[in-house]
Amino acid sequence: MKRKLFDFLNFFILFTVLTAVWWFLYLLKIWPSWVLPSPWSVFAKIFSGLADFSLVSGMFISLGRVIFGFSLSFIFGTLIGFLISKNIWLKTYFKPLILGLQTLPSICWLPLALLWFGLNEKAIIFVVIMGTVLSVTISVESAIANISSNYIKAGLILGANKINLYKYIIFPAILPSYINAARQGWSFAWRSLMSGEMLFITVGLGQLLMFGRELNDMSQVMAVMIVIIIVGAFFDQAIFAGIEKRIRLKWGLTNR
Amino acid sequence: MLQINGLFKEYKTGEGVVTAIQDLNLTVQKGEFVCLVGPSGCGKSTLLNIVADLDTPSKGETIKEKKCGLMFQDPTLFPWLKVKDNVAFGLKMTGMDKEEINKKVDYYLDLVRLKEFKNAYPHELSGGMKQRIALIRMLIMEPEILLMDEPFGSLDAQTREDLYAILQNIWLKNKKTVLFVTHNVREAVCLGDRVVVMTARPGKIKKEFIITLPRPRELSDMEVIKMSNIIKEELRNEIQQVIKETEHYEKKII
Repeated sequence: MKRKLFDFLNFFILFTVLTAVWWFLYLLKIWPSWVLPSPWSVFAKIFSGLADFSLVSGMFISLGRVIFGFSLSFIFGTLIGFLISKNIWLKTYFKPLILGLQTLPSICWLPLALLWFGLNEKAIIFVVIMGTVLSVTISVESAIANISSNYIKAGLILGANKINLYKYIIFPAILPSYINAARQGWSFAWRSLMSGEMLFITVGLGQLLMFGRELNDMSQVMAVMIVIIIVGAFFDQAIFAGIEKRIRLKWGLTNR
Repeated sequence: MLQINGLFKEYKTGEGVVTAIQDLNLTVQKGEFVCLVGPSGCGKSTLLNIVADLDTPSKGETIKEKKCGLMFQDPTLFPWLKVKDNVAFGLKMTGMDKEEINKKVDYYLDLVRLKEFKNAYPHELSGGMKQRIALIRMLIMEPEILLMDEPFGSLDAQTREDLYAILQNIWLKNKKTVLFVTHNVREAVCLGDRVVVMTARPGKIKKEFIITLPRPRELSDMEVIKMSNIIKEELRNEIQQVIKETEHYEKKII
């Protein structure tokens, strides 16, 4: 409890100092205010956006998309990862292909998605999935490849059959890496979604960001950027980091 | 009983075919405690893996009772399971009744004096405690043959002595067939009915020593020390050969 309060205080001080520096730079008037707006006008934008629900609805629309796309990617990525790890043929020929595709920035899938699905929801979800599923696949595959062979041996010698080996040894053994894969997948999904949303009428946070640009309203641009960071970081910290920490504590991989 | 007949094990490497085990013959009688001693890299662990059906021989066969238990140098407890669930793992795989499993787990935890740790996670135990749990995780399956791969190799001297006593007590009670691999000669003399010395690459049996000293033995018993000195002399030549071979190999790489 004390620890948490301390962490929060530290965070608060850091936030205050950063804002102060920002304000100070603004007061120096080196740049015009449409390049560097004052922190207060940005915060005011956030509050007005929350008050008139434009930011709130944008946030919920984007969250709905990312949760849908992420869940699908997570399920498929896991399945493909397990398949590749099981099949030597897939491992030899399919894994290099996946590693290669992973180097393609997710936004590069958008033109293809627009031609396939048109200017709609499906195209965006497709971009999110393509940006996420490969990273999950690769993480799951490498997690399985890195299980200590002694765990498998111990499981076999204690009489685990194939199904039980997966259920009671392989899956629990990769759990810490698996949560990490999810966490990484989440941030990939969020990033892919934002880049996708900026490019056409999507009513998500990405489009609100682009509106700011079109209106030359730097305060709006920065306000939406801050909201995007907060939403992404909130899920990363509140959900994935929490689960990861609980597992690491249980396994004795960390003390705190 | 455990019988190993004409066993060969070869590996293909970049350098060609390496023979890890060459024509190994060994019979362990029912209820006999055999210690296999040899320099590192002589194929001891490979042999145990083959006997445990975790690896296949290139040639030859092993004849044995069905149920084998295996213990590694590393305790390999499952970190995601509580101590009691680690011990119960094998029995759960057999689909045994829960009540009965719990009873057995309690009995075996008592045997190694770790009952109060049943709800702990493995990382909360010391190295010696972990290895005690690994021991009963194997014993609870009531295997006919115990295969032990340098199980006490990474423990400190005092913990080790404690485990020798525990292992001897358990063994004297139920006389399982044991094949115990180690590179520590005194440990082998302290525990075994018979000490079998293996040669370095390719691994085969060089000599056997029958140990008839009264049990339970301790590492510091005069007789144990004397006997192990005799065997060490026998092994010295082997170790020299490994050193020579390694030097030769390293020169080749350079």
